[in-house]
Amino acid sequence: MTVATKAVLDQKKIARAITRITHEILEQVDDHKSLGIIGILTRGAPIARRIAAQIKELEKIDVPVGLMDISLYRDDVHSKLDQPVVQTTDILFELANRNVILVDDVLFTGRTIRAALSQIVDFGRPKTIQLAVLVDRGHRELPIKADYVGVNIPTSKNDMVVVKLIENDGEDIVFVETEKLKQDKKGKN
Amino acid sequence: MSKLSSRHLLGLENVPRQDMELILDTSVTFREVIDRTIKRVPTLRGITVVNLFYEASTRTRISFELAEKRLSADIVNFSTSTSSVKKGESLRDTVQNIEAMKIDMVVVRHGSSGAPYFLTQCMDANIINGGDGAHEHPTQALLDMFTVREKYGSLDGLRVVLVGDIKHSRVIRSNIWGFKAMGASVALCGPSTLLPYEVEKFGCDVYTDIDEALDGADVVNVMRIQLERQKSGLFPSQREYTNLFGITKDRLKRLNKNYTIMHPGPMNRGVEISSEVADSKNSVILEQVTNGQAVRMAVLYLLSGRKEEEGS
Amino acid sequence: MASKKYDLVISNGRVIDPALGFGKIADIFIKDSKIVKIEKETAVTKKEKSSLAKDQLIDATDKLVVPGLVDIHVHLREPGKESAETVLSGCQAAAAGGFTTICCMPNTQPRIDSQETVKFVQDRAKDAPARLYVVGAITKNIEGKELAEIGDLVKMGAVAITDDGHYVQNPEIMRRALEYASMFDIPVMQHAEDQYLVDGGVMNESYQSARLGMKGAPAVAEEVAVLRDLALCRLTKSRLHIQHVSSKGAVEAIRRGKAEGINVTAEVTPHHLILTDEEIGKEFNTNLRVNPPIRTEVDREAVIEGLLDGTIDCIASDHAPHTEEDKDAEFDKAPPGMIGLELTLGLIKTFLIDKGFLSWAEAIRKMSYVPARILNLPGGTLADGSQADISIIDPDKTWTVKKNQFFSKSNNTPFIGQKLSGLVSATILAGNIVFDRNKELN
Repeated sequence: MTVATKAVLDQKKIARAITRITHEILEQVDDHKSLGIIGILTRGAPIARRIAAQIKELEKIDVPVGLMDISLYRDDVHSKLDQPVVQTTDILFELANRNVILVDDVLFTGRTIRAALSQIVDFGRPKTIQLAVLVDRGHRELPIKADYVGVNIPTSKNDMVVVKLIENDGEDIVFVETEKLKQDKKGKN
Repeated sequence: MSKLSSRHLLGLENVPRQDMELILDTSVTFREVIDRTIKRVPTLRGITVVNLFYEASTRTRISFELAEKRLSADIVNFSTSTSSVKKGESLRDTVQNIEAMKIDMVVVRHGSSGAPYFLTQCMDANIINGGDGAHEHPTQALLDMFTVREKYGSLDGLRVVLVGDIKHSRVIRSNIWGFKAMGASVALCGPSTLLPYEVEKFGCDVYTDIDEALDGADVVNVMRIQLERQKSGLFPSQREYTNLFGITKDRLKRLNKNYTIMHPGPMNRGVEISSEVADSKNSVILEQVTNGQAVRMAVLYLLSGRKEEEGS
Repeated sequence: MASKKYDLVISNGRVIDPALGFGKIADIFIKDSKIVKIEKETAVTKKEKSSLAKDQLIDATDKLVVPGLVDIHVHLREPGKESAETVLSGCQAAAAGGFTTICCMPNTQPRIDSQETVKFVQDRAKDAPARLYVVGAITKNIEGKELAEIGDLVKMGAVAITDDGHYVQNPEIMRRALEYASMFDIPVMQHAEDQYLVDGGVMNESYQSARLGMKGAPAVAEEVAVLRDLALCRLTKSRLHIQHVSSKGAVEAIRRGKAEGINVTAEVTPHHLILTDEEIGKEFNTNLRVNPPIRTEVDREAVIEGLLDGTIDCIASDHAPHTEEDKDAEFDKAPPGMIGLELTLGLIKTFLIDKGFLSWAEAIRKMSYVPARILNLPGGTLADGSQADISIIDPDKTWTVKKNQFFSKSNNTPFIGQKLSGLVSATILAGNIVFDRNKELN
């Protein structure tokens, strides 16, 4: 099968997008010490860490970073042929009175974010939860909207948005694949 | 993405190592869930699990029940004392009746070897063996393996000694298959009357001298000795069993330094294991209980929703 | 015009009568339910055949024509469990399997331990398509405690005694049974498994029972039982028949006993000749549960060897019907036994003749002449003047065992789905065609 690939973001643009998100967060949230960042596994995690690192650089404060695996909160576990490999959720800071920034790489149907919100509620009661994503590709199935968006990419529903990050994949790049099989496992929702 | 090669868990014999590894890896996550303030995830919401217990069991049933509750499953408990089994209904009829109630998974404990396999032949639900006859008790072995792996990081190269009634213990059979598949070497030790015929074909070292068996071992998994066995003449007295096979502090000297003492419970303190050993810092008996829930959650999670079309 | 000289002629088949040492293509002439003569076709007989009416002539070209087969070990469940088998359905199964003579075991409900029950079973077999001989119980109600009225049973027609299904555990009772039976010149047929050693075992004790965690019935239970009975048989100078020999130890014990001159005979079942306990763990198929249990490859090879060297005299099916409901259970809760009458011939052909262990003549001998002699029954030969009990076999016909094909009321056999070679095409009892596969097909 032929796959058309279109690069959307290169390393520079990714860095710029994350820097802009960081600045927007610092602008929006008054009490920087109340911040907590939770990255959704797998590729929300390095983005969360990069944001925290930039805040440290700019404001000289350590913002706690947690990692969250949402597999156990998905609403499609029983309809999938393969079970997602469950990774460990690791949130070592108290959520109460925090202004939590939830971070993911791609915002698509909104179901991942829904699952993440459910899980955060089971962990504690933050003061606010805001959502930051590197890419918003549209096609929402739930009333969910990101507070901070790196880039909006118009896509058709069957396209694949592939995000690669140095921490996981050895390079920083975002590209769109069209004409891919529907059941391709990288399908992001 | 990854999945088990079967949609049931009937035993550990012939289960591929990668399946066991997936279960143990997944258990790590569930072990963490158990430590959360809210020890509950919505994963099995809408899934109905039947705990079908044809034999009395407190621990295994409660452990499964808690695991199911923590996964937000709907639970039905069905045990012999509250069922029509006593009225002479066949296992097939009972099971088909239960299935007609639209259930998804069954945890079965039964006195007959092969009963869980029988269930797979008369219903579509995912079947988990909670102990069948003297055949297998796979989740017990998996939790034993998990507990050992948590401590040593790997089972490869460890020497595990299983002590007790080798002939009648399903826990021992599942332990043999599980630990061996994961690269441990397994030794069996018990009175010769409690060793099954052709025990050497299990591919384990077999001992009737406990001191020899413990020599250089890392893990000692001590089995409960059923007092009924003594009544049916398989060993002369409890006292003699304790003298010959009881795990006491003196006997632990032969073990490797960082040794581990295990027991699936319930214990006969002072019979197969002394209190001093059971309560020592090397004993992981209570961790086994906690880990049991995590492992059972992992098994329930990995099997849930698996349908026939995907192949066995 | 129908010929009056002969009632029936079986034409141009390969006639095998091991008792006569006969084995060539010939015609068999039958009159008044007896065999008149066996002859190669001549001009005279060709003319005689041409004068026969259509239903007086069976064309057996390319078929084997053999003495009606004899099975001295079958269970018919009447009286007591007619849903599993009746005398009539069992005899129909026999006819379809090529058996013209069968002997039924006494473990019905009530037991066949009195003249009344013997007579009841005999009466049920009156118009049945097989000759039925009754084997009476050794002890009252098969409890192993007091001898049954053996003289009465024999007078009514019982051809032997057995407590089959149960070993006569008390050696004193067994000694008395052997002594008493010798007055009537009948053998005592023994289910040789020491119950203390069996101790509730549900399959052979081996690595297989060990890995499946099933209670094992050790092979030594059979060997010990055989050894004891051989000693008692030697002591009492009586006749002992060991049923369904299953283990190497028992074969060797019988071999030694025969060498010593002890008057012992023995039988083996097709399933002990073919199956091993490794089958059980595959699907926990309750149709593999049988007493004595199917054992290891070593035992299987030993019973084959015993059959070949004459230590084991004959083949018997131990046809043991059970309803599907009874067998549809946990392995250890299902009743032991499997059906055999309609499968024995195909199984022996496929697994012993085709594999080069037995010739057709040897196999037929061990399924007709020899078992008939053990119990002093007529039949088992085609000699002139003998009763016209004959089986016609399509020797290389391949077929697959199907669950719904049995004349038996039960279908409990692990061989469902098995491809076999060798099929009975017709069975003749006292000169009458009691089974004709072609008609069954139409």
